[in-house]
Amino acid sequence: MGFDLLSELPKLLWLVIGVAGFLAVFGVLLLAVDRGPRTRREWWQAACFLGPAALLLLVGLVYPVVRTTVLSFMDGPGQAWVGLRNYAWMFTRPEILVVLRNTLLWVLVAPALATATGLVYAVLVDRARYESLAKSLLFMPMAISFVGASIIWKFVYAHRPAGSDQIGLLNQVWTLLGGEPRLWLLDQPLNTLLLIVILIWIQAGFAMVILSAAIKAIPTDIIEAARIDGVSPLQLFWRVTLPMIWPTVAVVLITISVQTLKVFDIVRTVTGGQFSTSVIANEMYNQAFRYGELGQGSALAVFLFVLVVPLVLIQIRSTRRSREAQ
Amino acid sequence: MTPNRTDPGGRAPDRSSPDRRGPAQAARVRARLSGAAGSAAAIAIAVLWTLPTAGLLISSFRPEEQIKTTGWWTVPFDPEFTLRNYADVLFGSSSDGRLASYFINSFTIAVPTMVFVVLLAAMAAYALAWMRFPGRDWLFIGVFALQIVPLQMSLVPLLRLFSDGVAIGTATVLPPLDLPGAFQFTNVWIAHTMFGLPLGIFLMHNFISRLPSSIIEAARADGAGHGTVFRRIVLPLTVPALVSLAIFQFLWVWNDLLVALIFAGGSIEVAPLTVRLAELAGTRGNEWQRLTAGAFVSMVVPLLVFFSLQRYFARGLLAGSMKG
Repeated sequence: MGFDLLSELPKLLWLVIGVAGFLAVFGVLLLAVDRGPRTRREWWQAACFLGPAALLLLVGLVYPVVRTTVLSFMDGPGQAWVGLRNYAWMFTRPEILVVLRNTLLWVLVAPALATATGLVYAVLVDRARYESLAKSLLFMPMAISFVGASIIWKFVYAHRPAGSDQIGLLNQVWTLLGGEPRLWLLDQPLNTLLLIVILIWIQAGFAMVILSAAIKAIPTDIIEAARIDGVSPLQLFWRVTLPMIWPTVAVVLITISVQTLKVFDIVRTVTGGQFSTSVIANEMYNQAFRYGELGQGSALAVFLFVLVVPLVLIQIRSTRRSREAQ
Repeated sequence: MTPNRTDPGGRAPDRSSPDRRGPAQAARVRARLSGAAGSAAAIAIAVLWTLPTAGLLISSFRPEEQIKTTGWWTVPFDPEFTLRNYADVLFGSSSDGRLASYFINSFTIAVPTMVFVVLLAAMAAYALAWMRFPGRDWLFIGVFALQIVPLQMSLVPLLRLFSDGVAIGTATVLPPLDLPGAFQFTNVWIAHTMFGLPLGIFLMHNFISRLPSSIIEAARADGAGHGTVFRRIVLPLTVPALVSLAIFQFLWVWNDLLVALIFAGGSIEVAPLTVRLAELAGTRGNEWQRLTAGAFVSMVVPLLVFFSLQRYFARGLLAGSMKG
């Protein structure tokens, strides 16, 4: 059976009804809010404006955070208390320790390399002739999905047996250099590094855009003064550019670190977490939604949360500081 | 300008001692050399970043036997192109992907969510910025703090809530949201709206709280209620911010895998492109004629949005990347 547009109509109809219904309620609310009784007006007007969002946040985030924390101290189906057993499980089971090790590897490698690449590129193309085109090239991966990016790179890593033509770029280059074609994604721990490359490929554009804006904000007279003194481009970078944009570099590093901690799509699409490539977010999904181990899945989620919090606190502080510096 | 900024500039002339002028010629040569090396490095990075995508795009137009037997870089020696892969993957049998259905699903998920988040966030942000009521500052801090919460913390309980409903004792407060057919999109809409709100409110608050208070207070003094002020003054003045948030929210939902995987499942009735593609990559990892074309079907919309609205896209970026 092929594609049938008629069978798709209910979806589009529901889309229109959903949006129209929402807009109607929204409009009525805005009109009604000015016509109510005059007693305690500010209070219930605020309730009308904030109520819908507050309710959604309470149900969708506040309650679940509490519930997940509670679940992390309970057994698989979430019925009996088990104390700290799920946390003990997490830090003693060899396969979960591999997951934690991989996550650590991701956080150590991805943010640093993505930021470094973005920074170097931003400096190199700054005021170059085709600057905006050059930036678009690096930035483009930001627009597409992690799943799309994963497929792009899975194709780069594709393998054909020795003797036949290679279809994956990496094996082609590798065989040209005299190597035997390899199954890159089975090769631990190299496979985790190859997955990390995908995230670097995506995030370098983000780093580049933010850092490029910071570089452009450096007053020209400083650069000119340094140039007149005969400072070489490299010295200019290390002694002037980098110190001046350092607060922004820190913010970018931490932002990408938070993203890296939560990485899920890449691992799931490329290897499915097999061959020792799983990370916390992927393992959490497996435990909670594939094996029905709600307690262990929740413990992993809580641990992820605990890892993210300090990073975000640092980020808020350094964002505030870089704003004050301006 | 702050003293902090002028400092390196002020220090710089001190370094220009006379003996540095001697080797100026050499320095200029060195600068030009490193300039050439710099350009080469920039080009190398640009090529490295573009080549994988180009390879996939070229491959998606090659016949199946060729994709599977020769590298895409051999195309100049043996150019043969076809649209067959796209026809198959979009409209073929369901084992081929039938991505057209999933494409519509992606739209049906992303468009309403975008509308819901933008309007609800604008409303909440207006209340937090311009209304006076007890506990306002605490509420703002609370919303701000929610941005930290990783999605993973919320998935299990929220899915339970949808499947079991809410009951206090024996009284059902909310029935299970177990809907048939196209109505299943409702769950995904609600989940995505919940997850989009903290960032949405935060971004909108940044813009709305900076509106000149004279305008809003003048309107209030003329007797306009909050509903009128919001509709007639705030919404029109914040259009650029609304557009930025809308684009960002749309792309985030369009590209999302995790939320869809859990709240939409894998069925052709509701699952978006990302879920289907991840599935194809897992089960048919060597069917490159499907994967290459399929990946580009999923990228077309984000790329169009990206190239036509790049200016808006970059704006919400720093704050936006915190989401998830």
